[in-house]
Amino acid sequence: MISVDLNLFATLRSFLPDSPKTMTVPPGTCVMDLVTQLAIPEEDVKLIFINGKKEALSYVLQDNDRVGIFPPVGGG
Amino acid sequence: MSRYARNFQSISHKEQERLAGARVCVVGLGGLGGGVVEMLARIGVGTLDLVDGDCFDETNLNRQLLSTEKKLGVSKATVARERVAAINSTIKVNAFNAFLTRENAHKIMGQAQVAVDCLDSISHRFLLQEFAQIRNIPLVSGAIAGSTGQVTVIFPDDPGFKLIYGDPRDNKESGIEAQLGNLAHCALMVASLQSSEVVKVLLGRGEILRNRLLICDLMSNTFEVMQLV
Repeated sequence: MISVDLNLFATLRSFLPDSPKTMTVPPGTCVMDLVTQLAIPEEDVKLIFINGKKEALSYVLQDNDRVGIFPPVGGG
Repeated sequence: MSRYARNFQSISHKEQERLAGARVCVVGLGGLGGGVVEMLARIGVGTLDLVDGDCFDETNLNRQLLSTEKKLGVSKATVARERVAAINSTIKVNAFNAFLTRENAHKIMGQAQVAVDCLDSISHRFLLQEFAQIRNIPLVSGAIAGSTGQVTVIFPDDPGFKLIYGDPRDNKESGIEAQLGNLAHCALMVASLQSSEVVKVLLGRGEILRNRLLICDLMSNTFEVMQLV
């Protein structure tokens, strides 16, 4: 198993697991798997950052990755 | 000029002159735009093109710096022009009481060196980026929702908003601000970050948020700069 540090922002915060921040997932898990596991609607996922760099839903998570997921923000 | 005395510890006289000779177009004069106009006027950007076809209503009062009870029903562009004149009469203002369209974009944005995106819809942001890229000028963009905000700077050859929002056709008109609303402190913080980027672009110094996205979440006190490419 590998551990990732999870940060969900704004409206996505409600999808954080009971013991947030560090999650344990099997090797080979991609961001889409994580999104599905947390029951986050895919259309609410606008930006994915891994260790501060934009990545796609298909990104395969590595041990100790810092994962940030953002919804669309458009207000002014 | 003593008006800028407190600028000169951080901005040289030569740079102040450069700001006085600069022209910036602020598109959207609501929560973000009101703050940006206030700050650019105070720091001394010489010419401001101010664009909004809307009038103030009561729902603006919670956050929009230019809105006051006496100005409800008055054009945002008109109020912005009055505010700049009250702050700094040396600044030339071109106020456009209109929304930016393909038809008027050339007239409105034709001479600005930098455009500032203070809009409140995702589709209009893509349009503004297109206009700025046609005009070959950088675009400083800010967006807010609840206690969350983001800022980026898009240069004419950059991929820009598609890195943030994906395909424009896949987006709704609004983001999560439709659920979270907008708060004064978040709007003015993002407006400050945008104003800072505008000044840095005009002066050609400092780290600019090009191909990067500054994200802030005031609930968790998170401030991070993310690499978009």
